[in-house]
Amino acid sequence: MRVGVVTFPGSLDDVDAQRAARIGGHEAVGLWHGDHDLRGVDAVVLPGGFSYGDYLRCGALSRFSPVMTEVVEAARRGMPVLGICNGFQILCESHLLPGALIRNDHRRFVCRDQRLRIENNRTPWTAAYDEGAEITIALKNGEGGFVADAETLDRLEGEGRVVARYLEVNPNGSMRDIAGIANERGNVVGLMPHPEHSVEELTGTGTDGLGFFTSFARVADLAEAVLA
Amino acid sequence: MPRVVVDVMPKPEILDPQGKAVLGALPRLGFSGVTDVRQGKRFELEVEGELTDDVVEQVRQMAATLLSNPVIEDFTVSVETVPAAVETVGSAS
Repeated sequence: MRVGVVTFPGSLDDVDAQRAARIGGHEAVGLWHGDHDLRGVDAVVLPGGFSYGDYLRCGALSRFSPVMTEVVEAARRGMPVLGICNGFQILCESHLLPGALIRNDHRRFVCRDQRLRIENNRTPWTAAYDEGAEITIALKNGEGGFVADAETLDRLEGEGRVVARYLEVNPNGSMRDIAGIANERGNVVGLMPHPEHSVEELTGTGTDGLGFFTSFARVADLAEAVLA
Repeated sequence: MPRVVVDVMPKPEILDPQGKAVLGALPRLGFSGVTDVRQGKRFELEVEGELTDDVVEQVRQMAATLLSNPVIEDFTVSVETVPAAVETVGSAS
């Protein structure tokens, strides 16, 4: 499949995300924030970094970039979209996902190997994991505290839309230890930690993150099997 | 020239780590008696022409769309009249 990775001014992890997509068996396609063009991709990754310098609020300006108009429209049609870290912030600012991400409660930038539990493996980004799988991937953020009102949190939990939860340590004050969520349809996923940094044995925490980049191949296979 | 001011504040129920950091710093500097600090943002928008209700309404929309995130922030819009000549306070002469 063709996986688009958007580069915004200030994106940091776009190259790693492209690499992860390739290791996951896909063709990685670079997308530019200033273009009204998704170049025919099948899925989109919004990578981590500090798009537009985090000016105003993290993700607030990126949301109005030309490419995001296309991403929002495609996401509403059901295209798989994964926002990692800053990408998660952009998805919340775009109202594709509920809630918001605020400064870490302990006020420091945090960088650590983070243990997570995958709680929803029914998304195109997590189908490669067993439900309840525990993985360790890199986490690095200054504004990673997930917040939403109690009603929204109850709905997310009730509808099984909490995709991943922090284990052992809550690194940033996220409500109910939430590390990642999905939209109603499940095609849009936001995740604060970085699976794209954990796809090879050579670097990072191992290969626990690779599943995020092999999942939709599996979803496509399943779909084909169902259709056949 | 008319100026419209938008003040954006974190909602009361949202944790404000920056305000907390300032609150913690004040006693260390010898300032006492402050029980809470909330940190927000102030936007000053200079607008052309007459300041009509329509213009203020537009600024309200800007505030709701871009300047604030309604999930975590509240905003207020107010109008300021700016004197034609403003003396610069504290500049070297």
